[in-house]
Parts: sequence; C-alpha cells; structure tokens
Amino acid sequence: MWTFFHKLASPKYFYDISGRLLPWFGAATLLLMLAGLYQGLLVAPADYQQGESYRIMFIHVPAAWMSMFVYMVMAGAGIIGLVWKIKLADVVAASCAPLGASFTFLALVTGSLWGKPMWGAWWVWDARLTSELILLFLYLGYIALQSAIDDTRTAARASTVLALVGVVNIPIIHYSVVWWNTLHQGATVTKMGAPSIATSMLIPLLLMALAFKVYFFTVVLLRARNEVLKRESGSGWVKDVLMH
Amino acid sequence: MTPKRKQRLLFVTLIVIGIGAAVALALSAFQENLLYFYTPSQVAGGEAPKGRAFRVGGLVETGSVKRESDGLTVHFTVTDTAKSIPITYKGILPDLFREGQGIVAMGRLDANNQFVADEVLAKHDENYMPPEVGDALKKAGMDAMHIKPGQKP
Repeated sequence: MWTFFHKLASPKYFYDISGRLLPWFGAATLLLMLAGLYQGLLVAPADYQQGESYRIMFIHVPAAWMSMFVYMVMAGAGIIGLVWKIKLADVVAASCAPLGASFTFLALVTGSLWGKPMWGAWWVWDARLTSELILLFLYLGYIALQSAIDDTRTAARASTVLALVGVVNIPIIHYSVVWWNTLHQGATVTKMGAPSIATSMLIPLLLMALAFKVYFFTVVLLRARNEVLKRESGSGWVKDVLMH
Repeated sequence: MTPKRKQRLLFVTLIVIGIGAAVALALSAFQENLLYFYTPSQVAGGEAPKGRAFRVGGLVETGSVKRESDGLTVHFTVTDTAKSIPITYKGILPDLFREGQGIVAMGRLDANNQFVADEVLAKHDENYMPPEVGDALKKAGMDAMHIKPGQKP
C-alpha cells in the first residue's frame, strides 16, 4: 500500500500511470455527461413550482458542489506538499486552482440565470451567494500568488498558507443556509434525512454530479502531467518521453 | 513521522484552528448584520431596525392578496405562522409570487406599522417534485409549501 503511494509520488511513475488512466476517465466523463443530460433535460418531469426552469439545477448544483470539493482537494494536496515535501502534491494543488475557479464561476453564473426568473433578482447579497463569491476570490488570489512567485517551492508554500486560511470558508458556504436567513434555498440532497427531491429528478442530478467529478479528475490529470513535464524538464525521463 | 514533519503538521493545524476561531468570533459578532431578512415575529418583537430599510421574509397569507384598481399596487400580509405583517407594494411581482409562497420584501415600516416594500423577491423551498405529486400532496392536506410552526420559511 505505502510502496504504491511512494511509487505514485515519483513524477515518472505518475506520468506513466496517468497516461494509461486518462482515456478511461475521458470516456467515463462523456458517458456520464450524456446520460445525465438526457435524463435531466428529457426524462425528468417538470417541477411543481418552478416548471421547466429548475432544470438549470443539473449544472448549477454539481458545479457548486465541485467548487467546494476542488478547494478541499487543493488544500489537502497543498498540506501534503507542505508537510511531507512531496513535489507531486504541489503540482496537483497548483493544477486544481483554475478548475476550481471555473466551477465556482459556473455556479455563480448559472445561479444568477436561475435567480432572475425565480427570485426576481440576478444577484442578492445573502450569506450563501456572498460566501460563494468569496470562494471565487480565494481561488483567484491563489492563482495570482502561484504565478507571482517564480520558485515553485516558495510558490507552493505561500499559496498553501493562503488556501489554508480559506478552508474556513467551506463550512460557511455549506451551512450558510442553516445559520442565517437567506434567499437561497436550504439543502435538498446534502442534509440529514431523505433528500426532498423526487427520485426521477435525483437520478440525473447524481449522474451529473458524478460526471463533473470524473471530468475534474480527467482535467486535473492532464494539467498535472503538463506541469510535471515542465518542472522536471531537466531530467532524463522527460527527454525520453519527448523523443518518442 | 519525523519531528520536522510533526512540527509542520502542527503549524498547519494551528493555522486552521486559529483562523476558524477568529472567523467564528467575527461571524457571531456580526450575526444580525448577516441576516438577509427578518421574520414577522422578529419585526413584532422590535428586533428590526426602525427608520431605515430592511427586509422581511415569510409566507404570503392565503386569501390576503388584494390588488388596487391601478393594477400595480398590491396589498398582502406575510406570516411566519406565529405573527404576520401587512405589506404594500407597487410594481411587478416575480412569477413565483402567489398565496402560500415564501417571499422576501425590501422596504420600511411606515407610521402605522404598515410595511411599504420597494422590492419583492420570491423564495422557493428545497422541495422538488413533479406537478402531479405536488397536487396529490395538496389534496392530502400536506401542502409542501406550508411550513410547520417553528420552522424557517
């Protein structure tokens, strides 16, 4: 078990195994995304209150879940890099940031598009929306800090500290709808007890959530592979890869 | 784990705990400023700010919606099942606005405790179901839109 992790932490081994995994991840993303969109847009019934407009949830909710999940992966990888000095963990953390920022942006935009017809406003400063916007700024700050420092080890250390400071925002986003009166609805799926959504609507939602997750793993592997090649460009195995 | 790693892990843990405690204290200090809206009970209890605009949220009471002949001015009362508050609003209401629906109104109290709103937003709940199921629940007297006492709208 541990030997596998130690092997995985070696850039060359990571490059080989991720190359073999990628086609599978890509195919799974495509299948899950198609199944989820088909179920969500064509099979699931209209909502009793919101009619057809609620279907934007099949993008909005997975994107919002991913915005928090990616942050935790980023911070977790950052901690592993900081404490155990594993270079590959720093690479993964750095590769997560633009993806997380994209998911956050997508969640904010789709939420805004959903908010106008349902609430009657594109944007309100309630606790859920504001804390999600702060998450976007955290990602952008992380990216800026990464690119401001040339030395990769210093960059990783500085940006991990920033990521750690931002970790406190994740439970705030999740519980914002419980702790404060918000215009945003409370949790439908991720709450204690049964989800308050019809099964025919829950299935496409979970399919899309899974599709987003596999998509994230696909793209983060792609980004990390590029970054590994860049950072290890002086070593012999990279020259071997590039020759072939 | 080597002492060096232990030290770094301790550093990480301290940052997370320290920031967490600081933010928790700050948020609890700003608790009421972070409320997006006040419930009718809070307004009746005098918790809402006087003389400046604030938001009030609750369910539109069934049978309370009255439109004036100009077609734009609407009178209705909003309730949290314990207390209710009369609201006057002139303007276009969101599509989801209906009796029994959760709404949030922005405005201020006038001299005779009437709430005059400049903006009305609809709040939908976390329940999603096909229209048939919604109708069936309504017939069975378990209207999903109605909250139980003590629950937030």
